[in-house]
Amino acid sequence: MESLIFNLFIFVLACFVGFEVISKVPTTLHTPLMSGANAISGITLVGALAIAGSGSGTAATIIGFLAIVFATINVVGGFMVTDRMLEMFKKKKTEGEA
Amino acid sequence: MESFIPETLHAFLPNVIQLFYLGAIILFILGLKRLSSPATARSGNRLASLGMLVGVVVTLLDREIISFEYILAGIVIGSLIGAVVAKKVEMTSMPELVALFNGFGGIASALVALGAWFRMTDAVLPVADLLIMGLSVLIGGVTFTGSLIAFGKLNGMLKGNAVIFPAQNVLNIVLLGVAVAATGWLVAQPLEVAPVLIVSGIAVLLGVLFVIRIGGADMPVVISLLNSLSGVAASFAGFVIDNNLLIVSGALVGAAGLILTNIMCKSMNRSLTSVLFARFGGSGAASAAGDTGDKSIREVHAADVAVMTAYAKRVVVVPGYGLAVAQAQHVIREVADLLQKKGVDVRYGIHPVAGRMPGHMNVLLAEANVPYSQLYDMEEINEEFPITDVVLVIGANDVVNPQAKTNPGSPIYGMPVLDVEEAKHVVVFKRSMNPGYAGIENDLFYNENTYMYFGDAKGTIEDLIRAVKEL
Repeated sequence: MESLIFNLFIFVLACFVGFEVISKVPTTLHTPLMSGANAISGITLVGALAIAGSGSGTAATIIGFLAIVFATINVVGGFMVTDRMLEMFKKKKTEGEA
Repeated sequence: MESFIPETLHAFLPNVIQLFYLGAIILFILGLKRLSSPATARSGNRLASLGMLVGVVVTLLDREIISFEYILAGIVIGSLIGAVVAKKVEMTSMPELVALFNGFGGIASALVALGAWFRMTDAVLPVADLLIMGLSVLIGGVTFTGSLIAFGKLNGMLKGNAVIFPAQNVLNIVLLGVAVAATGWLVAQPLEVAPVLIVSGIAVLLGVLFVIRIGGADMPVVISLLNSLSGVAASFAGFVIDNNLLIVSGALVGAAGLILTNIMCKSMNRSLTSVLFARFGGSGAASAAGDTGDKSIREVHAADVAVMTAYAKRVVVVPGYGLAVAQAQHVIREVADLLQKKGVDVRYGIHPVAGRMPGHMNVLLAEANVPYSQLYDMEEINEEFPITDVVLVIGANDVVNPQAKTNPGSPIYGMPVLDVEEAKHVVVFKRSMNPGYAGIENDLFYNENTYMYFGDAKGTIEDLIRAVKEL
């Protein structure tokens, strides 16, 4: 129970940090922000590793394995596609381009 | 893995891992902060991905992890799929992709919570943990199927319209009640598998029910909300396995998604509850039909538009999703380039819901090499319309409809719109006179300073390019 309360503190404080950090993002960046944030939510991968690797029975291992696959798609795909989008945001056109 | 670490350090390992987790959290926060400016955004995303790498690698040092086959296999498979999808996806399909990734994040978090239950044997989890586990499975499951439905609606596999049936809200509440009851059962008998399955089943069902009733026009709100939920699901999974990295990162994402959801609701003048629980524009058609009498429109062709724009001082392009559907971002940029060479000041005025997710249109224009300094937000560009000579409205309809300001009976009344009618001339590129997505008559088309240029968006713009070149 103590750890629950402690975790709750952390959760609430982190929510406030999130609001502060993100509230000033311009419209231009909303889509990359969302897909980047989405990739961060793939952090659940860390939990999946603990489940799949703990060697506690077939059910837990299979569930953990599936969680790893889904979370990794989320993480790798999310960061890569965000990078691809942000690469296109240029300040000025490069010379010599049609 | 353990053999790499000297024996004496083993006692400190848990603390070392926690410190690295703290480092990962700092990288996430800095990364998100840098994502708020176009100049630093790319490095921000890289910082965040570095944070993720740190988090994953130090977790593998944990002594609780004893078998690596499944971990390795899972990571390889997931990385391959993720990388291929990220490379191949069209920018117009970004909303679907984000929806799908949200769903994957959600299901992964639900599975982590489930796995924590399957992992426990005699050492029964405390009551609070069981409750949170139920909640975590519920949120993760709803995020998963909700996102899949949103994905289907966005890419056209499912019909975009809202599926409404009687007693829908009652059914949802009953299902939620059953899920709560099942969680209570789980607390009473923690080793019983049935309540776990019931909660999982209801979660999956609720996700479907929750999104099928939401129409295509409201998808930007739904994606933002699902994005928030995927973060919350990760955070709650963190509660279950007592992991601060998950709790904090999930909460950051949850907050980000909530902010975007709020912004989207405001730009459509809709409250979140009306998006989720009510129907859009149910009786709007009747009030709009009153004065459709014999209003006339003025049709123009490529040569007319070319003359109008080439001799203008300032031209504002207002792109809508129709532009993206026609893949006309590149040709409109060519028009802008030609006009700029002639000394015309060309800007893009972008409504917050111009695409299918927040900021989608900006990405599509960026892909077409439009510099972001030419992209203007609604508030910025609205001040400019009175001193603008020509506005080119391409594939947009409801976001330029003056009814939102003038007709209290209109379903979109109160929605912030672009005041294009204040410019000297407005040219509307449109396939036909059919009303827009929301099915609402647009008074703009009948204004004296509005000219209609009919045809497929890409074809008409290509004709315009030729006409401008011939001048």
